[in-house]
Amino acid sequence: MLSDNRIKAPVQDGVVNQLVQASKVQDWDPSAMLDNLSFLEQKIHQLQDLVHLIIGRKGQVLGRPDELVVQQQQLVTADLTSIIVQLISTAGSLLPSGKHTLPAATPSLEQSGQFGGVVFPSAQGPLNDGFQPQNAGGSKVSGLPNSVDISRKNGNEQNHIIEEHELKDEEDVEEGESLIPGTYEILQLEKEEILAPHTHFCTICGKGFKRDANLRMHMRGHGDEYKTPGALAKPNKESGSEPTIIKRYSCPYTGCKRNKDHKKFQPLKTILCVKNHYKRTHCDKSYICSRCNTKKFSVIADLKTHEKHCGKDKWLCSCGTTFSRKDKLFGHIALFQGHTPAIPLEEAKAPAGPSDQGDGNQSTNKVGSMNFNFSSNVSSESEVQSSTDIKGSIDDPAGYFSPLSFDTCNFGGFHEFPRPPFDDSESSLAFLLSGSCNYPQKSED
Amino acid sequence: MKKQKQDNPFNLVAEEIIFIILDLLNRNSLAIKSFSLVCKSFYAVESKHRCSLKPLRQERLPALLSRYPNITHLDLTLCSRVSDASLSLVSHSCASSLRSIDFSRTPLFSTYGLLRLALNCKNIVEIDLSNATELKDSALAAVAEAKNLEKLSLARCKSITDMGVGCVAVGCRKLRFICLKWCFGVGDLGIGLLAVKCKHLCFLDLSYLPITNKCLSSISKLQHLEELILEGCFGIEDDSLAVLKHGCNSLKSLDVSTCQNISHNGLPSLINGALGLRQLTLAHGSPVTSSLADCLRKHSMLQSVKLDGCFVTDDGLKTIGNWCASLRELSLSKCLGVTDEGLSSVVTKHRDLRKLDITCCRKITDASIASITNSCKSLTSLRVESCTLVTREAFVLIGQRCHLLEELDLTDNEVDDKGLKYISRCSELSSLKLGICLNITDEGLIHIGKGCSKLVELDLYRSEEITDSAILAIAQGCPGLEMINMAYCKYITDRSLLSLSKCPQLKTLESRGCSLITSLGLKAVAVGCKELTKLDIKKCHNIDDAGMLPLARFSQNLRQINLSHSSVTDIGLLSLSSISCLQNMTILHLKGLTPAGLAAVLLACGGLKKVKLQATFRWLLPLRLVQYLESRGCMFQWKDKVLQEKLDPKCWKLQLEDLMP
Repeated sequence: MLSDNRIKAPVQDGVVNQLVQASKVQDWDPSAMLDNLSFLEQKIHQLQDLVHLIIGRKGQVLGRPDELVVQQQQLVTADLTSIIVQLISTAGSLLPSGKHTLPAATPSLEQSGQFGGVVFPSAQGPLNDGFQPQNAGGSKVSGLPNSVDISRKNGNEQNHIIEEHELKDEEDVEEGESLIPGTYEILQLEKEEILAPHTHFCTICGKGFKRDANLRMHMRGHGDEYKTPGALAKPNKESGSEPTIIKRYSCPYTGCKRNKDHKKFQPLKTILCVKNHYKRTHCDKSYICSRCNTKKFSVIADLKTHEKHCGKDKWLCSCGTTFSRKDKLFGHIALFQGHTPAIPLEEAKAPAGPSDQGDGNQSTNKVGSMNFNFSSNVSSESEVQSSTDIKGSIDDPAGYFSPLSFDTCNFGGFHEFPRPPFDDSESSLAFLLSGSCNYPQKSED
Repeated sequence: MKKQKQDNPFNLVAEEIIFIILDLLNRNSLAIKSFSLVCKSFYAVESKHRCSLKPLRQERLPALLSRYPNITHLDLTLCSRVSDASLSLVSHSCASSLRSIDFSRTPLFSTYGLLRLALNCKNIVEIDLSNATELKDSALAAVAEAKNLEKLSLARCKSITDMGVGCVAVGCRKLRFICLKWCFGVGDLGIGLLAVKCKHLCFLDLSYLPITNKCLSSISKLQHLEELILEGCFGIEDDSLAVLKHGCNSLKSLDVSTCQNISHNGLPSLINGALGLRQLTLAHGSPVTSSLADCLRKHSMLQSVKLDGCFVTDDGLKTIGNWCASLRELSLSKCLGVTDEGLSSVVTKHRDLRKLDITCCRKITDASIASITNSCKSLTSLRVESCTLVTREAFVLIGQRCHLLEELDLTDNEVDDKGLKYISRCSELSSLKLGICLNITDEGLIHIGKGCSKLVELDLYRSEEITDSAILAIAQGCPGLEMINMAYCKYITDRSLLSLSKCPQLKTLESRGCSLITSLGLKAVAVGCKELTKLDIKKCHNIDDAGMLPLARFSQNLRQINLSHSSVTDIGLLSLSSISCLQNMTILHLKGLTPAGLAAVLLACGGLKKVKLQATFRWLLPLRLVQYLESRGCMFQWKDKVLQEKLDPKCWKLQLEDLMP
């Protein structure tokens, strides 16, 4: 939560100030921001009305039991909390560079407590000031081992990243990391724990949840004591005042490179990495692509990503852009001058007539080559193309076609934004993190 | 030599004047040929003058193209094949002059040849690629390089898809005319793109395409579209048409035949804006009721309406009678439900009708003919085929009242000699069809021969009472006769053929089943009718090799021949190979035909494109030979129909298959 030091000002100075600050930051979506702000404004107005109402009632019905006052207080606090969280998420989208460094260099907040303390000295202080309730929260509810608790905060955030953006190479990313053995704590989950659908369980009714936030929402139903801001707030166990030991994970599969007994052991960074690694490497691939019926996956998010781009027919424009759907290609061609459908090469090799045996071979060869020329002519002659390029990286077709870059170029994290954050805490968090994940690719330097 | 040159008076005449003379001669190919053979200077002038070329074989292209440098139109339809080499030759020698090229029915050329053509011939505006069923999208990508293209026909190019059409749409921005009939692979996307990119389109044929209303909205935005053909587009229906606010305002002709899903609810959406609509075809569509006819009430420019094969109600016809427009052409061919009352209400209002087709309106009687002839005196074309309730007296009225008739179809009617006597008053008559008119005899036809000197086409199919004297009268009275059908007129002998040999324009002769004619008569025709292109002497048992020899010698324009059931043998067939035009041959049930002889014939006739043979020969001919011939552009049709028993003369009408000539 690196963004917090910046957010503190907006909280105090108000919305307008925040806008001013926000405008300094590059790479943000003003329209999404505006939507967000108007939503906030609405919320604040609602709260204002509520307080007005309370004041009015106080005048009318004096001498009521204290219970009512407590209820009102709780109501107001809950609303305020939601507004604050919303504000944070809004501001969070404005911080590309900070977001970038966070997931890459400091994979978890625990670490940011250790390393981040140097880089952003002020980070912890304001956070605690602004969000006292967060410290108070975080009652241990799950019966799972210690390690799982960590994932409560970071794990579920990471989850979102994976599901939204399919960081397939996350295992590779951490390979760059060279931690000296012994400087970190190795944890190993059992197979059953890894494959368990739920990691958070209600201590009262036993219901399982994937996310801690959902559990907290669930807990409200069990009584008023779970409705306090402290209980509702995000658990923030390690306040960062004392450095935590880095935790790394080992795969329970013996013989695996990710297993701690392996000679060249490479630890896994987070619980989620463990889960995905285990499923991908040591489990059956039970999800089959419904389009091509050939590709199989063990992680459902992988399947979804594949299905987005699966299709035997790649619809190709002369400018090099491919489309998964024909109508999209034709829409593209209708829009841009000089672009034309590109005919696949294998088809271009039209069968020369059997009578043309004399020059048959020659002509077919020429057809192929001519066609090459032809298509390259078209793309080079259209000077419009450069101006109309939506994606800048057409010169590099290999990189272009890789699903990852396609994904990040096309889909920002903003699509899901306009949803009210507290109706579904998951989605609000998803926004926060997906937005942050989106940036690293763009600001590579 | 010098002296000779001065003597030639044509040297004093400017070339342009000779060109004008040649322009006037242009219709007669023989005349042009004779002209060019007079002397060297004439030859040179003719070479310069000629701008269109229709070669028979691609092998002759090099010589032809060097002789004629100014070719603008090249028609390759007669060539059994066109190789890439020929195409690149064309693209080099006519690089700047060529404006139009026609490949329809010409297989065996590839994308490469097309690409060369499109890149080299910058001025090409018209390409006809119809029937190139193997043509792929890549070929269209090559066509798209012809940036000045205005006219493109792709009928029956079944292998092309939206992608190819998209290439054409992007490449040929000047396109005005495109025909995509039967291109089943082309859908909404391709057509939509075409309409978006080619703003100058004025003719669009989308028959039998799997398109829906999705592309109609972009089509309706075309500013210059005049003719739209949507025949058999089953995907277009009322509900979706309702979304369309208005069709093309510029539309002049619309064809929505066989679109059964378009009724009076959807039709207005297509034509509402088009107040200049002249021609509308609703054939084989939804029933023509008064509500459908009402849609067109205000289209005052409407001239031609075709309702063939629709169910037509009396109310519908009455509403048509109340239209603002005064129709010139109305077709009710094979319409069910046409009655005397309905038809009369139409013709009494549309008195300017020039063309009327009431083929197979089986309910109409003399009353209809009376009202038609009474109101529409300026009719030039009348088709009354198979109106079985009309009596012989009614045909007298046609002759009495409609003197301007040029085309009259009385096939399968009760017309008799008296009727023909009156019809002979129509001195402009050029086409007369009297097939299956069992009441007519020589007497009536002698009247026709005397009165209708402009007759070009005469059909006497199965009018069995006809004899030689009728044909004599026709041949003497109608020197311009080009087509005659005497099939199954069993009394016809060689004398008829002798008299027909005096018709120099005769192009088509059908004497199928005239068993009395012999090789002698055929010889006379061969000698006299130099223009003969189609000959059908099926079931003429007395024609043998002796008839083939004069044909081979004199009928150098013969293109199609049917010799089934005749007595011709290998030798006669082999002699036909000297006819370089010969493309189409039907040789079924020839007793004297041996496999070896057939092989020789097929090899010798280099220009053959289509041969109908008995299936038994398929296994008797060497496979390699068949493959070779097919690669040369010849198509085989193997028939294994068993020889039918001789038909009972009373029941031949039921043999519908045989009815077709």
